[in-house]
Amino acid sequence: MSTDTIVSLPDQSTARVPKVNFLSKENGLLSWLLTGDHKRIAILYLISITFFFFIGGALAGLIRLELLTPQSDLMATDTYNKVFTMHGIIMIFFFLVPSVPATLGNFFIPMMIGAKDLALPKINLLSWYLYMAAGILALYTMMTGGVDTGWTFTTPLSTHYVNTNVLTTGVAVFIAGFSSIFTGLNFIVTIHKMRAPGMTWFRLPLFVWAHYAASILMVLGTPVLAIAIVLVALERTMGIGVFDPTKGGDPILFQHLFWFYSHPAVYIMILPGMGVISETISTFSRKRVFGYTAVAFSSVAIAVFGFFVWAHHMFIMGISNYSMLVFSLLTMLVAVPSAIKIFNWAFTLYKGSITFETPMLYTFGFMGLFTIGGLTGVFLGTSGTDIHLTETYFIVAHFHFVMVGGMLMAFLAGVHFWWPKMTGRMYPEKISQLAAVVTFIGFNLTFFPQFILGTLGMPRRYASYPAEFQILNVFSTAGATILGVGYLLPVLYLTWSLKYGAIAGNNPWQATGLEWQTQSPPLTENFPEIPIMDHEAYDYEWLDGQKEKEVVIVG
Amino acid sequence: MSNVPDKVDHDLPEQHEREHHIVSPKIYLTILIALLVGTAVTVWASYVNLGIFNPVVALAIACTKATLVVLYFMHVKYGTKLTKLTVGAGIFTFLILVGMTLADYFTRAWGRW
Amino acid sequence: MARKKKRWSLSDRPVIVTGVAEGAHHEHLPYQRHHFETIAQQNDATNFAMWLFLLTEIMFFGGLFTAYLIYRNWYYPAFVSASHQLSIPLGGVNTLLLICSSFTMAMGVWSAEMKKKGALVLCLILTFILGTGFLGIKTVEYGEKIEKHHVPGIHYSLNSFLYPDSDEAARVAKDHALPLDMARHTEIYFFLYFAMTGMHALHMIIGVAILAFMIARAQAGAYTTGHVTFVENFGLYWHFVDIVWIFLFPLLYLISRH
Repeated sequence: MSTDTIVSLPDQSTARVPKVNFLSKENGLLSWLLTGDHKRIAILYLISITFFFFIGGALAGLIRLELLTPQSDLMATDTYNKVFTMHGIIMIFFFLVPSVPATLGNFFIPMMIGAKDLALPKINLLSWYLYMAAGILALYTMMTGGVDTGWTFTTPLSTHYVNTNVLTTGVAVFIAGFSSIFTGLNFIVTIHKMRAPGMTWFRLPLFVWAHYAASILMVLGTPVLAIAIVLVALERTMGIGVFDPTKGGDPILFQHLFWFYSHPAVYIMILPGMGVISETISTFSRKRVFGYTAVAFSSVAIAVFGFFVWAHHMFIMGISNYSMLVFSLLTMLVAVPSAIKIFNWAFTLYKGSITFETPMLYTFGFMGLFTIGGLTGVFLGTSGTDIHLTETYFIVAHFHFVMVGGMLMAFLAGVHFWWPKMTGRMYPEKISQLAAVVTFIGFNLTFFPQFILGTLGMPRRYASYPAEFQILNVFSTAGATILGVGYLLPVLYLTWSLKYGAIAGNNPWQATGLEWQTQSPPLTENFPEIPIMDHEAYDYEWLDGQKEKEVVIVG
Repeated sequence: MSNVPDKVDHDLPEQHEREHHIVSPKIYLTILIALLVGTAVTVWASYVNLGIFNPVVALAIACTKATLVVLYFMHVKYGTKLTKLTVGAGIFTFLILVGMTLADYFTRAWGRW
Repeated sequence: MARKKKRWSLSDRPVIVTGVAEGAHHEHLPYQRHHFETIAQQNDATNFAMWLFLLTEIMFFGGLFTAYLIYRNWYYPAFVSASHQLSIPLGGVNTLLLICSSFTMAMGVWSAEMKKKGALVLCLILTFILGTGFLGIKTVEYGEKIEKHHVPGIHYSLNSFLYPDSDEAARVAKDHALPLDMARHTEIYFFLYFAMTGMHALHMIIGVAILAFMIARAQAGAYTTGHVTFVENFGLYWHFVDIVWIFLFPLLYLISRH
């Protein structure tokens, strides 16, 4: 382990957090609740998604507790169904989808492109209110009986066979969808129309490219989820027959509409995380990202191809054999751009000056765990093997590897990386490195046994299982406990750092990017005057030249 | 500013005069008449037995009318490349949704290999 | 890949943050928001944002069109018989009303661009009247359907399709009686009819409401001083709603009349 670090903090005896910054500019609750400042909205989102993450995490804890024993003895099976359904809904719609875009994307896209705010600040605030309304409705659903259909609302179960709060949950997801649409819409307009002079497309940080691709998915995919939910609601309340075989309807139609969104949704979730990884891997290798153009185009390719593969979630549901063939082949295609990114990041590391600060630890975790998760996705995309592995714990392990081992680690990498910029304070390095390692160990112990469980045949969404699966389930639950500790620690030390952390200064990581050339925390208007971009992205030589004539701006 | 590209970036409107082409009412009137004629034709055609081509004709006329509205009433013909690309992207994604979903339904009857 | 230049183009300025974009002087018109550098940028951005919103609408209706195409393919005879229950004169008039309202809306945008306040208010009022007329005829049509028990759900009646002689519309169209299972599928047709025209009507209602607001603002001169983006962007929305109807009319009303 290298003892080198690239952290460069100002002299702590004289350094102060700048007096004038976006946090101190205005005071009072209304100045936060009615703000148009993208940075304040990002902080509002950060607090909200953390809240929902821990609710979803508590539900996960309940799942793992139940699965300690083969019998359904902790809770009734119906209750277990409700628990995993709400775990999925909260984690996907209220944590993963908004995680990086609504927090780090909102905060940094305008700064990275040299703009003073997003294009539509009021829509940005509306997006947060919609998210909160949807979240409160989802919590209400939980408290008044929950919903037990699984987050996938599969028909005809959700339309004809359950008496739970399908409708209310559907409305909550519908509203959350619009929150997502407005965020994506805002990003696309901003990135097209508000780049500073000299900021051409190919000088943008790859973080921006990743969010651009994810935003396209948000805008084009989410409305289809909306109509699918509307149809389920109509079917439940009026019995119209659209998904009802007795009236001539087809339940599979729901799945087509649902997965048309929900597959691009997984790319909505992962692309922003990949954007974070591009930034951290460059900074902590002191090297430009290898193959910038390839990484940029691969983000867009993932977005485009992501629209062509949705029926790989439906291989056993009754689609035609020819559809299976086509969608399976296309799924092979969509794996390629993701792999291109991993290769390019690996080549970025090659001959770089690597240091192991916390964001880099999470980044390494991402690269390993996302690769494993992604490769298992190829097994699942092969329709032959999918027939055996689908609806088992193999699927559960696959998506947790990519989403938790991948996306959540990328989110934590990003939060740690940009924490000094957002708050003006550094987090404590030793405990954060410990938390990262604990998370990594806990994660592997929780989810790797689930791959084995899946291939052995343990079905997903079952509260009870054959006794021979118990030992692996016990490992998994043990890992979950460790994982919980690993996630709790950041909340504690990051909060601690707000008051006691070291003063960070403008650019503690000596990173490139326009956001690092301003004070920490930034001014409300980001830049006193719009900057001109005159160098390429990840240009460390330009950065060296800047340091020679650096003037620190303090408010 | 030697590193700032000289090429005008059409996404940044402050770098060039925004093209504000005002479409003349004459064009609007022409399009209106075309749309009204199209409506009449499509109603008339539904009463004629064209066999398998009835839906084809109806959709073709509808698509033509829609194209006229998009190009002229919505000013896309006089708009930026970005606008045209945006419209194209929307239509493309719509066609993917409809086309690939329908492909599943049409091929179900093909049975086993 | 980029060549690395060793010259610092901002050599006389210490940090890039203080650089000033050439030509980006602050011409702060009263309706220009502070995060935009020029009013042209603001107009461009809001116009683009409206187009992106329309993309979401295309995909939203797309789900319904997908359902329609599937079930029309599966249950063609049911769709034919059921569509004969709709009135072509009423549907045709509605189509003409909407097309004309698109024209008046386009003329409204032109009036705003030409700063003709009176013409703009007239065009908006005409658009409003035509749109409301459309909704009125729709209400009549829906009323007819409710009377005849063609609303999907508990009270749905198959009589018109099992016994076409008992139904005037079926007699006029010279329908044959459908077998029972195919007759049941007419309910899916009517579900799609109500869902698609209903969703369309909802968008019309929202549009008409915004029009009322716009008429008041136009009368106060808000759109004829050079700031036309609101009218322009609303026009885009209105034309889109018109386009949806352009497809709904032949798909729902004109399936087969021969």
